[in-house]
Amino acid sequence: MGQPRADSAPRISDEIRRTTCYMCACRCGIDVHLRHGPAGSRVVHIEGNRAHPVNRGVLCAKGSAGIMQHLSPARLRAPLRRTGPRGSGQFEEIGWEEALRTAVDWLGAIRRTDPRRLAFFTGRDQSQALTSWWAQQFGTPNYAAHGGFCSVNMAAAGIMTLGGAFWEFGAPDWARTRYLMLFGVAEDHDSNPIKIGLGQLKARGARVVSVNPVRTGYSAIADEWLGITPGSDGLFILALAHELMRRGAVDIPFLVQRTDAPFLVVTDPGAPDHGLFLRDGQGRRLFAARDGGIRPEGDPAVPALAGSFRVGDRPCRPVFALLADHLLDPAHAPEAVAPRCGIPAGAIRRIAAEIAHVAFREAVVLDRPWTDVEGRHHARMIGRPVSFHAMRGISAHANGFQTCRALHMLQILLGAVDCPGAFRFKPPCPKPMEAHPRPHAASAANRPLDGPHLGFPRGPEDLCVAADGTPLRIDKAFSWEAPFAAHGMMHMVIPNAAAGDPYRIDTLFLYMANMAWNSSMNTAATLRALTATGADGEYLIPRIICADAYASEMVAHADLVLPDTTYLERHDCISLLDRPISEPDAAADAIRWPVVTPDRQVRGFQSVLIELGARLGLPGFVDDSGAPAYRDYADYIIRHERRPGIGPLIGYRGDGSATGRGAPNPDQLDRYIAAGGFFRAEIPEEAAFFRPWNRAWQEWAVAMGFQDAPQPFRLNLWLEPLARFQRAAEGHGPRQPPDHLRARILRTFSPLPIWYPASAAGEEAEDYPLHAITLRPMAMYHSWGSQNPWLRQIHGENPLYLPGPVCDAHGLSDGDWVWVISAHGRIRVPVRRMEAVNPATLWTWNAIGKREGAWALARGAPEARRGFLLNHLIGDLLPARDGGPPIANADPITGQAAWYDLRVRIEKALPGGRSEPVLPPLASPVPPAPAALGRREDLQ
Amino acid sequence: MTSLPPRTGRALGLVIDLDICVGCHACAVACKEWNGAAPGAVLSDQDPWGADPAGAWLNRVHSYEVTGDGPPRVVHFPRSCLHCADAPCVTVCPTGASYKRVEDGIVLVEEDWCIGCGLCAWACPYGAREMDRASGVMKKCTLCIDRIENPTLPEEDRIPACVRSCPTGARHFGDLANPDSDVSRLVAARGGVALMPELGTRPTNRYLPPRPRDAPMPRLAELADPAPRDGFLGWLDRALARL
Repeated sequence: MGQPRADSAPRISDEIRRTTCYMCACRCGIDVHLRHGPAGSRVVHIEGNRAHPVNRGVLCAKGSAGIMQHLSPARLRAPLRRTGPRGSGQFEEIGWEEALRTAVDWLGAIRRTDPRRLAFFTGRDQSQALTSWWAQQFGTPNYAAHGGFCSVNMAAAGIMTLGGAFWEFGAPDWARTRYLMLFGVAEDHDSNPIKIGLGQLKARGARVVSVNPVRTGYSAIADEWLGITPGSDGLFILALAHELMRRGAVDIPFLVQRTDAPFLVVTDPGAPDHGLFLRDGQGRRLFAARDGGIRPEGDPAVPALAGSFRVGDRPCRPVFALLADHLLDPAHAPEAVAPRCGIPAGAIRRIAAEIAHVAFREAVVLDRPWTDVEGRHHARMIGRPVSFHAMRGISAHANGFQTCRALHMLQILLGAVDCPGAFRFKPPCPKPMEAHPRPHAASAANRPLDGPHLGFPRGPEDLCVAADGTPLRIDKAFSWEAPFAAHGMMHMVIPNAAAGDPYRIDTLFLYMANMAWNSSMNTAATLRALTATGADGEYLIPRIICADAYASEMVAHADLVLPDTTYLERHDCISLLDRPISEPDAAADAIRWPVVTPDRQVRGFQSVLIELGARLGLPGFVDDSGAPAYRDYADYIIRHERRPGIGPLIGYRGDGSATGRGAPNPDQLDRYIAAGGFFRAEIPEEAAFFRPWNRAWQEWAVAMGFQDAPQPFRLNLWLEPLARFQRAAEGHGPRQPPDHLRARILRTFSPLPIWYPASAAGEEAEDYPLHAITLRPMAMYHSWGSQNPWLRQIHGENPLYLPGPVCDAHGLSDGDWVWVISAHGRIRVPVRRMEAVNPATLWTWNAIGKREGAWALARGAPEARRGFLLNHLIGDLLPARDGGPPIANADPITGQAAWYDLRVRIEKALPGGRSEPVLPPLASPVPPAPAALGRREDLQ
Repeated sequence: MTSLPPRTGRALGLVIDLDICVGCHACAVACKEWNGAAPGAVLSDQDPWGADPAGAWLNRVHSYEVTGDGPPRVVHFPRSCLHCADAPCVTVCPTGASYKRVEDGIVLVEEDWCIGCGLCAWACPYGAREMDRASGVMKKCTLCIDRIENPTLPEEDRIPACVRSCPTGARHFGDLANPDSDVSRLVAARGGVALMPELGTRPTNRYLPPRPRDAPMPRLAELADPAPRDGFLGWLDRALARL
C-alpha cells in the first residue's frame, strides 16, 4: 500500500492586505490574509510583514492570536446607554444619532460654561496628536493619555537628560553593541524589536546582562542575571558610576565637548541662585578655562573640570566637580550599596569593569566621515559599544525619575550616547527639553486652551496652578505635587474627581483605558469613586462616557458607551507628531486601514471624535461656514496640517514625491496602502550618529520638518529646572509650594541623580518585609488578551510566585493559598514556588485577573476565580505627612504611579476556594460566547 | 502495525536554540493559527471562553527552573513532534493513518484513516500528539507540509509557521540528513542534541543547549587595573592635558 498524499499546496487566501498590528503597543506590520465570499471578506490568517521596519516579518504570540481578538465575542455591537445602576453592566443598545446627540448635549453645556468640567483621558491611545488637539480646541485642561501610570519617568528623564528616550525615541544599536544591560520589566515595550535584537546579540556573542528581581523571559537568556531588590536600581547604577569615576573610566573629551560637565554652578547654600548655572549677560553658561579666565559656552578653551571658583561674588564649581564629589561619596561605594541592592559588591565592581572594558578597549570605529555643528570635519565615527534598555521596571517607583536619570548619567559618563554600538536616537529625536512646549492649563468658556496640555516646566513659573497654589488640572499634574508630570496623571483623575479635589467635574470621557480594573491602583476605592453618590443622590462623577471596542470592566461603569472597531476595521496613523515607528537609521510612520468592514454598529473612535468636534463647532473641526472640516479620520490624516506642509504622515506629500514637508496629497493613504502600510525615510549616513551635534542631522531634521531650525544642544548631567524648584522650596521666588511639600521637594529634586528609599510611608520593612511586583507575560497584553481563547489557554490564571526560602519559612508548596497583606489591603491568592527570584520579592503576571462577567467570559472563568490583581494592595494615596493632605502614591517629580513600591507580608490561608476579594459579577452587554470553537466560521 | 520506511530521502526537521528562546509562545500561537488558516476545521478549542478552556496544540512551550551550582536558571523549552526515524507513534498505529513520509521523513496523520484510538499519543514518549476533541482525530506537527512546498506561497515563506514567526530566531528548519545543510552545520557548531536518545526513537529534531551563564567576562583588561595611583584629580588632570 502506498503512502497517503497530503495536500501540500492549499490556496490560503484570495488577497493579502497589509496594515499595523494593535495587539500591543509595539506596532508591527502584519499581512492580513482574506478570503472573499458572497457574504463579504473574511480574515483567515495574519502573519508578520517581512518588509516592515519594526518586526521584519516575525510576529509574537499576541499578534498571531489577533484573529481571535478581531472575532471576539466581547466586541461591543452598538452604542450603549446605561439602564441599571452604574457599574451593574446593564445597558440598552441605542443608535449612533442618539449617542452622538447625547454626548454633544453633555459636552456642549460644559464648553459653554466651564470646559474644566470635562476630563478627557485616553489610555493606550496611539492617536494623541489628534486627541490632544481635540482637547485643546475644546478648552479643557484635563487631558492626558496613560503615560503617567506607565513609564513617564523613563520618558521625562530621557528627554530632560539626553533629548530622547528608550523605545519610541531611541534604541540600542543592535547591529554593533557588544554589551547590553537590561533593567527591570521591559518585555512589553518594543517587544519584537528587542527579541530580534537579543537574538542578534547572542548570535554574534555580544554580552547581555539582565538586572531584574525575576529571572524570566529576557532575563532567562541573559549571559548574567543580577536579581536586584526592587527599587534599588538607582543605587546600583550610582555604585557602577562610583567605580567608573574612581578608576578614571569616563570619557573626558566627550564630557567636555558634548555635555554640561564644564559649566559653573553657583554653590552658595541659602542663596536664591544656589544650584543655578552662572551665565553671562547674553544668557550663555560659563566655564573656567584650564589656563585661567572665565569663558562662555562655545569658547574653544579647555575647561577646568575640578576645583572651586569665584566669579564676581559668586562661589561656583564645574558640574563635573560636583558630580565627582557626589559619585565618589563612600555612600555610593559597592560595599555600601550591596546589602540594599541584593547584589554582592564584587559583582558590582566586576560589572563596572566589564562596562569600562567594552566601552574603552573595544571601541567601534566606522569609516564614515561626518561634520559637527561647529564645522569640524571628522574622518571616522568612534563608538562606545555599551548600551542599556529599561522601561517600566525602574520607572514605576517613587524614586523612578532619579533612577532613570542615573541610568542616563551612566551613558553620558561612558560617552555612550548616539554613537556606534550604544543607545541611538530615533527620529524626530534628538530634541532637547527646550524644544518641547511648556504645559498649559488656562481655560475659559467657549475658548480653546491657551496652548498644549503637556510639556516641561522650566521652573515654578510654568506650573499649572492658580495664584493660591491650587492645581488647575483635575489630576494635579504640573502642580507642586508633580511638577514634571509630562504625561499627565491619569491614575489620579477618578479619585480626585470623586473627592472634588481640586474641583468637581461633570463628565469623565475615557478612551481605551480599563480604569475600573487593572489600570487603577486601589481598584476597590476606584470602583467606589465611580459609583458613589452625593447628598443629592447624583453620582459624584455625574457622567461617564467610554469609548472601547470590548466589554471591559470600565465599560460596565459608563453611562454612555461609544463602541470602537477592532484594529482591522479602522484607520489610524502612527505619526511623527506623536509616537512614531522610527528606527535609528530611518524616520518611519505607518497607518492602519479597514482591511475588513465592521459587521456591527461600531465606528472608529477617532472618526467619532472628529464628528463630535464638528458638532460642537470646535475651532479647526469646522470651516468658516461652520461645516465639518473633515469627513472622518482618514480625511483628517490626509488633509490636516499642524504647521504649513507638516501633517500626520511624512510620506508621499505634495504630488506624491515629497517627504516630510509638502502640501496634503489626496492620494496619500492609497500610496501608504500600496506600499504595505508604512513609510520609511532613510537617514543620510553621515547624519545617523552624534545627532545633537551633527550638522548633517540638524539640516536633515529641518528639511524633514521635525524642527524649523537647527537646535544643537549639550546633554544634561545637571538639571537646572530641578534646582529652581529646590530654591522655591527654600522660600525663594514669587511662586511658593505648600509647606507640607517643601521638605520633599528639597530632598528629591536634586539636580544630580540621587537615590532615596522608595517605600511608601507606613509600609516599613519590619511589618512588610517582602516586595511585590508584577511582570508582563509576553503572550498577553493588558486586559485585552483575556478574551482571547488561545492566549488564555497560556495565561488563564496568575499564581503568586514566591521565593523558595519564603515558601519554606511559611510551610507553603505549589497550590497552597496565602493572604497577601499590605498597609493598604489584603488579597487571598494561590501560590507557586520559584527559585530564580530575588529572595525578598514575590511577583505575579500583570492584568490576568478579571472581574466575573466582563470580557464575555463565562461565570467560573479561571481569570476571575483564581486570577487576581495586586492593585487591591496598592494605595492610590499616601498617608498625610508634614501636616498636609494625602498625596498621590507617585514619583514626587513626575507623578508617575509608584506601582512597584508595594511592600507586603504573607500569611498561610486555608486551602482551596477562590481569589479574594470577590466582587459581584457584572451583567454583560454582549451575548454569551460560544461553547466550542471547531470552525472559525462559527464566529463570523 | 504500520511500518516505517527503512530510510528516507531527506530528514526534514527543526533545530531549536534553547540558548535564545525567551519563552514568548510566538511559535506555539503561530502554529495554532496557521493550522486553522485553511478552510474548514481548526485545531479545536473546548470551552474557549469558559471555566476550563482547552484545545489542541501542535507545539507548546514549557518553562523549567534549573538549580544547582550558581544562580538558578530558567530554560524555556518548546515541545513538538521530533519526527523520529524510529517513530513509535507510527508503528503502533492500527490503521496506517500515522506514517513517516518516505521522501522527507515527516511524520504525518492521514486524518481520514485515523480512528482516534489514541495509541500513538500513548506510544510517543515526548507527548507530542494531541487528540482534537471536536473532530476525534489525532493532531500533530506536520512541519507545515502545506507551507514548505506550497507553490502559492513566496519561496521565502516556504518554511514552517513557527520558524517564520519566531522573534529571536531560535527556530531553524532544514534537512538534517544532509551534513552540509545550514541546520546540520548549526548542530555541529553548537553541539545540538537529540531529546532523550536513550529511548531509541532517533529523533530528527535537534535542540541547541543553552550556553553557560553567569560567568564573568573573559579577558577583562580593566578588571586588573587598580584605581589610578594619583587619585581622581591626578587622572582628571592627565585627561584634560591630552585635549
